[in-house]
Amino acid sequence: MSQILKFHNVGKSYGVKKALDDVSFEITAGKIVGLLGSNGSGKSTLMKIAAGVAQPTAGHVEVTGMLVGSKTKGLTSFMPDSPLTEDWMRVADALSFYNDFYADFDAGKARDMLDFMKLSGRDRVSALSKGMKERLQLTLVLSRNAKLYMLDEPIGGVDPVARGKILDAIVEYYNEDSSILVSTHLLNDIERIFDEVVLIREGKLLLHEDVESIRLNRGKSIDELFKEVYAEC
Amino acid sequence: MRGSVTIEFDNNLPIYLQIMNFMKKEIIVGNLKAGDKIPSVRELASELQINPNTVQRTFQELEREMIVETKRGLGRYVTSEESKIMEIKKEMAGELLDRFIQGMQELGFASDDIVSIVSEAVRDTVGNKE
Repeated sequence: MSQILKFHNVGKSYGVKKALDDVSFEITAGKIVGLLGSNGSGKSTLMKIAAGVAQPTAGHVEVTGMLVGSKTKGLTSFMPDSPLTEDWMRVADALSFYNDFYADFDAGKARDMLDFMKLSGRDRVSALSKGMKERLQLTLVLSRNAKLYMLDEPIGGVDPVARGKILDAIVEYYNEDSSILVSTHLLNDIERIFDEVVLIREGKLLLHEDVESIRLNRGKSIDELFKEVYAEC
Repeated sequence: MRGSVTIEFDNNLPIYLQIMNFMKKEIIVGNLKAGDKIPSVRELASELQINPNTVQRTFQELEREMIVETKRGLGRYVTSEESKIMEIKKEMAGELLDRFIQGMQELGFASDDIVSIVSEAVRDTVGNKE
C-alpha cells in the first residue's frame, strides 16, 4: 500500500515551549485518520508542518515519499482552523478563487458538493452561519484532487445536523487513492468514520492504532479511550 | 434490505461486527433473501455514515463465512444455499441461548430449574396466543 504521509522524529519548538516532540508515524493511502488531542496538544502545529506552512525544528516530513516543499503543497489540501475565504466574497467567488489558485481543483465536483451542502453560489460569505461557513470550507478543500487532505477541527462549533452533513460529505467525496487527516476533540459522532486514530498529548505521540482493534481489544469506544488518556490534563 | 437502513451503533464494539450481525439478521428474517444482490460498499457506507473501509471489511468477513458471494463484475449476492442460511439462524440462536443461560446462572438458577422455567414460559406464551 502506498504511503501518503510520514513523520520522522519531528519536533517543533516555539522558544522554550515544545509544541511537538519526537513525533513519528505514517499514514497509507485510502485511510481516514483521526488526529486527537486536547486543546494545545499540538494538533494544529502537526498539520501546519505537514502542509508546509510551518517548519519543524527537528526531524522531517514526507508526503508521498517527497520532502514537504513546493511540490508536496500541490498534493496537499489543507483546511486550517481559520477561514480560507474573504468576507467580500460570494460563494461563487470563493470557488473561482480556488479554481484559479489550484491546478487540481475540480469545478464539477465543487458544483456537486455545493448542491449536496445546500449552498448557493449567490450567497454572501459574510452572511453565512458558522455551520454553513464550515460547509463551504469543506467544499473548497475536498473539491481538489489531492493526495492528502487535512481538516483542522471541521466540526468544531457546529450543530449536530450540520455535523452529520459534514461527515456525510467526507465519506461521500473522499477517494481511495488519498488519505484524510481530521483533527478533533469531539468524538461521539465522528469516530465511526475513522480507520485509525493518532493520539497526541503535550506534543508527544501516545498512540497510533486501528480503531476497530481498539474496540475489539479494549472493549471501549474511542471516545472513552480519549477521556481516559486525557483525564489527567 | 430496501429503503433506508439505520443501525444504532454501539461505539464500544467493532463496527464491522455490528454490521455483520445486522446483515445476518436481515437474511434470517427474510428482508434479504437467498440470491439477492446486496448494496455496494459505497452505497452502504454513505447510508450508514461510516467509513467505506469498514463496510469493505464487513463484506470480506461475510464472504469468508460464505454468507455472501461475489460475482465478478456484477456485485455481491447473498448465498443461494438455503442450508447456509439455516446455519446462520442456528448460530444466532446459539448465541442468544448462551447469553440467556449465563444470565440465569448468574441469577442462581440450576440447570433443571432453567429448563422447567423455559418450558413453562413457552407453554404460557403459546397458550396465550391460542
